[in-house]
Amino acid sequence: MTALVQRYGGALTGIIIALTAFWLLAMVILPNLILLEFSFRPYIPVDQMGGPNDHYTLANYATFFTSPIHLQIFGLTVFYSSVVTLICLVLAYPLAYFLAKVSTPRNAGTWFLLLLIPLWVSEVLRSFAWSIILAYQGPLNAALHGLGLIDKGIRWRTGFNGVLIGLVYTYVLFMVFPIYNAIQSLDTNQIEAAQDLGAPLWRIHWRVVIPHAKPGIGSGCIMVFMLSAGSILVPSILGSTTSRWFTEIIQQWFFESVDWNTGSAYAFLLLVLCTVFVSLMMRMLNVRLVDIAR
Amino acid sequence: MRPFSLGRLIITAYMVLFIVYLLAPLVVMGGAAVNNSRFPSIYPWVGLTGRWFGELWSDQQMWRALLNTVLVAVAVVVLSVPIGTAAALLINSVQSRMRSTLYGLMVAPILTPGAVIGISTILFWNKLSVPAGLHLSVLGQSSFISAYAMLLVLARLQSLDASLEEAALDLGASHAQVMRRIVVPHLYPAFGAAAVIAFFQSVENFNVTLFTGGNSSTLTVYVFSQVRAGITPKINALALIMVLITVVGVILYEVKRRQSERRLKVEQEDTLEDDVIEGLGLPQLTSPA
Repeated sequence: MTALVQRYGGALTGIIIALTAFWLLAMVILPNLILLEFSFRPYIPVDQMGGPNDHYTLANYATFFTSPIHLQIFGLTVFYSSVVTLICLVLAYPLAYFLAKVSTPRNAGTWFLLLLIPLWVSEVLRSFAWSIILAYQGPLNAALHGLGLIDKGIRWRTGFNGVLIGLVYTYVLFMVFPIYNAIQSLDTNQIEAAQDLGAPLWRIHWRVVIPHAKPGIGSGCIMVFMLSAGSILVPSILGSTTSRWFTEIIQQWFFESVDWNTGSAYAFLLLVLCTVFVSLMMRMLNVRLVDIAR
Repeated sequence: MRPFSLGRLIITAYMVLFIVYLLAPLVVMGGAAVNNSRFPSIYPWVGLTGRWFGELWSDQQMWRALLNTVLVAVAVVVLSVPIGTAAALLINSVQSRMRSTLYGLMVAPILTPGAVIGISTILFWNKLSVPAGLHLSVLGQSSFISAYAMLLVLARLQSLDASLEEAALDLGASHAQVMRRIVVPHLYPAFGAAAVIAFFQSVENFNVTLFTGGNSSTLTVYVFSQVRAGITPKINALALIMVLITVVGVILYEVKRRQSERRLKVEQEDTLEDDVIEGLGLPQLTSPA
């Protein structure tokens, strides 16, 4: 505080603190507290607000914990988000290693250029693209049929398949970049020393590269899991009749039942889920917040 | 230096396959924009047409959504870049204990699902009797986009030598002058990057906008409603245009980034081994930047 005044003077310090306070208070802390408060209030008509029925209650959370369907959807969302995270990790690790250690830095720039293109195309269009590709009468079945690999079309979008395909495609890059950053800081000499000492490929990765890449792996997993569990677009565009995502239930409370209180409770549960996952990952993989935010 | 090996070949092939996997859906989606079929697909191929662009052009809803998107994105840039800068300046000057708490608070919005941000934003402002609408989308989006801006500005700020500021103050410069003549010019590249990222993050945003936008829709919300309502390929026409804009934008951005990278290369100490070896041959490494 005094350091700030010394450095930038009173007036500028005032502006700096005012802007930051507005952000953290009005856009981050207070809205989340209101969300929490709202989730403990009953859903009642406007004229009863402030009346005897308007008291704190656990009813909204009870709705969730007594509904086997909602519990199941929550569980499936956690499960499939973890599956997506794992698939992304497996897909992304070799790419990150390639970009950081195999290709020359100059070529890596070109690879990044190509990787960046889909990242800037919006999520809604990327899901839409897959809904075209995976259609029963679509180009994927046609191509496989043309190659003689299948006799009749495959229904791709059964169960959670469509959602999984869409989520992996949409978020895999969020796994590549942090792992790349982590591996890049590994001294190549360490890999070469392991090679010279006769370590097989898998052991070099298991004992040298992966331990070094842990923070990157952790932050990649955090981002992919959070984005997947919180995704609304992909499950609604690529889902099937049997795939329900937790965010769809939240949406239902808000837009169909117009019950914002229960909706808030569900949204808060989603926030809790993501927070728990973040802290688990940070503890297990030794990630610091600074690593995530790169 | 790098001998040919089977492993290298396999991993390079994997990289190429991955790029194909990333880009093929975009090609399919773009291709469907010029296919003369009632349904958005490239198969069966009926023939080349430009009529979906015509339909898109005459879609009033699309134009309104586009205007909304641009307005929101500009407002987000105007709001989040100054906030991010202020936050970076603040965190750069506070001490350890306070610093990590503040940092955690500032990074938290990045790790919060968009639906939660959208819902909490609308609840908070509703409490203050502010109705839903694009202005709330701006506030909701800025809550996490400011965090990105803060990180970009902070990274740049850390390469600014604090003794420059002190020297200027000792020589009698006012605080405003130090800010205007030393700090701000040093941060220019970060402002540019933050503005670009903020703009695109805002354009792409769906989750926050869905809950805060009320009856107004931005382009992503419009596309979503069209996709859900069983659509005509005019969305593909829109997609093709957006993909092309993206490709051009990414190339321009990358070209600029490389130029500035070349300039920065000299200052950077943590360059890769290969860079150093390549760089040793370059004459400018020996001359001060």
